[in-house]
Amino acid sequence: MSATEGNTNQENKILVNDFDFYYGDFKALIGLNLPIRTNQITALIGPSGCGKSTFLRSLNRMNDTISVARADGEILLDGKNIYAPGVNVVDLRRRVGMVFQKPNPFPQSIYDNVAFGPRVMGLNRERNLDEIVEEALQSVVMWDEVKDDLKKSAMELTPGQQQRLCIARTVAVKPEVILMDEPCSKLDPMATLQVEELMRRLADEYTIVIVTHSMQQAARASDFTGFFWLGELIEFGETFSLFTQPKKELTEAYITGRRG
Amino acid sequence: MTAERRNNIATILITLVAAVVVIPIVFVIAFVIIQGMGMISWEFITSAPTNGMREGGIGPALLGTILLTLGTAIVAMPLAIGAAIYLAEYAPNNWVTRQVRLAIVNLAGIPSIVYGLFGLGMFVLFLGTGTSILAGSLTLGLMTLPVVISTAEEAILSVPPEFRTVSLSLGATKWQTIRNHVLPHATPGIITGVILGLSRAAGETAPILFTVAAFYLPELPKSIMDQTMALPYHLYVISTQVPGMPTEIQYATALVLLLVVLLLTTFATIVRTIMRRRREW
Repeated sequence: MSATEGNTNQENKILVNDFDFYYGDFKALIGLNLPIRTNQITALIGPSGCGKSTFLRSLNRMNDTISVARADGEILLDGKNIYAPGVNVVDLRRRVGMVFQKPNPFPQSIYDNVAFGPRVMGLNRERNLDEIVEEALQSVVMWDEVKDDLKKSAMELTPGQQQRLCIARTVAVKPEVILMDEPCSKLDPMATLQVEELMRRLADEYTIVIVTHSMQQAARASDFTGFFWLGELIEFGETFSLFTQPKKELTEAYITGRRG
Repeated sequence: MTAERRNNIATILITLVAAVVVIPIVFVIAFVIIQGMGMISWEFITSAPTNGMREGGIGPALLGTILLTLGTAIVAMPLAIGAAIYLAEYAPNNWVTRQVRLAIVNLAGIPSIVYGLFGLGMFVLFLGTGTSILAGSLTLGLMTLPVVISTAEEAILSVPPEFRTVSLSLGATKWQTIRNHVLPHATPGIITGVILGLSRAAGETAPILFTVAAFYLPELPKSIMDQTMALPYHLYVISTQVPGMPTEIQYATALVLLLVVLLLTTFATIVRTIMRRRREW
């Protein structure tokens, strides 16, 4: 589990076994098998509609809100199937947090955005809420920027700041895994870089799964990469080897820009 | 005829039609104001009618209408908002839900006199409330339900879905999500719906006819089990049942009733405008 092992950490936080996912009759994910390594950044790449976002949302069961959605197979989080009957999805989502594509702070103050999760979890009964908020904002390197404006509306922040605030909001509930769904696609290059640096910092404490459209981002910022194509996982491996020595022809075609 | 000419004619015709719709409203209101204005005074709206209602004021009737409006709010709000939350957030799309929606639509189409008879049979006689403010409020409350449910549901559905998604993803329960990130944003719409429902209830005669309204009752009600006078019924009585009734009193009473309803509607508009301005998405 120790972060000092760097890229060689082979412990699995999540293990996906023969996972299928359907929207009504449409099979969106087909027989997925892959590990998500503890305290590593796993990137999911592939063309639009290949199922990578659907897979991401399967990891915290956000797809449950779609009435026609159905899952088969298992996803083990610390060895326990999150699709087993009787699993409490609220607890699951507290352990597996999520950051979305569009920066989407609540139209409330910066403070209330970060404090919402801890409040609903009742963490404020154990610890001072101010400390929790400060710690979360510290961990996304935002505290010094906003510490004098905590009562300011989050809607007044720049998109980059908003996205980091959303990350802080997720971090504040102390999840074990953070899912990021194209978190930089609405951000400018500077803000993108900041978020990538942040991911690297957060990987010391959290297991991160990121969906990205940008192969450069996957290559720069991740330890492992999975390549999705039409609902299937074509190839999975360490990022460096996947990008330099892809085993499948389709992977090579996609990362070199010949298919996509 | 050129297209431009036809366009001009269409514009004029449509403007005329719009004007025709507005004219009767302006006319009715102006007529009531002109005829009734002279009688309006603090004395008139607070004192009891005297001399077989041919003199004095409308105090007990106005108070009765205010009490009934409050009672209606107390009955209708929790039920209607609860139903709206259920329909918008919880109801699965199935046969039962469709029947509930159908029932609400039909509830809205029932003539108000039928509500009055239902109130008489159900509350006054069967549940033994007697003719009372309680029975009247329950009856008016039921009548108000459909419009409040529909507007409240619409308000809830207009809250961006991503607020719910984000809140759930942070480990909030469904109810925490609704309470913290749906209802606060839906409140202006819900309040508007409630007040519009109430403004209708305040002006209705038929539902209170058999359930609460007193023909003449100069004392004020002491509890919700008492009868009370109410403005719409009082207006009906002094317009049709009292020979030699001075017309100024009739019009002044109508004017006060109009003002009560107008006040409620204006209040709804102001609340909505202020809260919309504060909204940030």
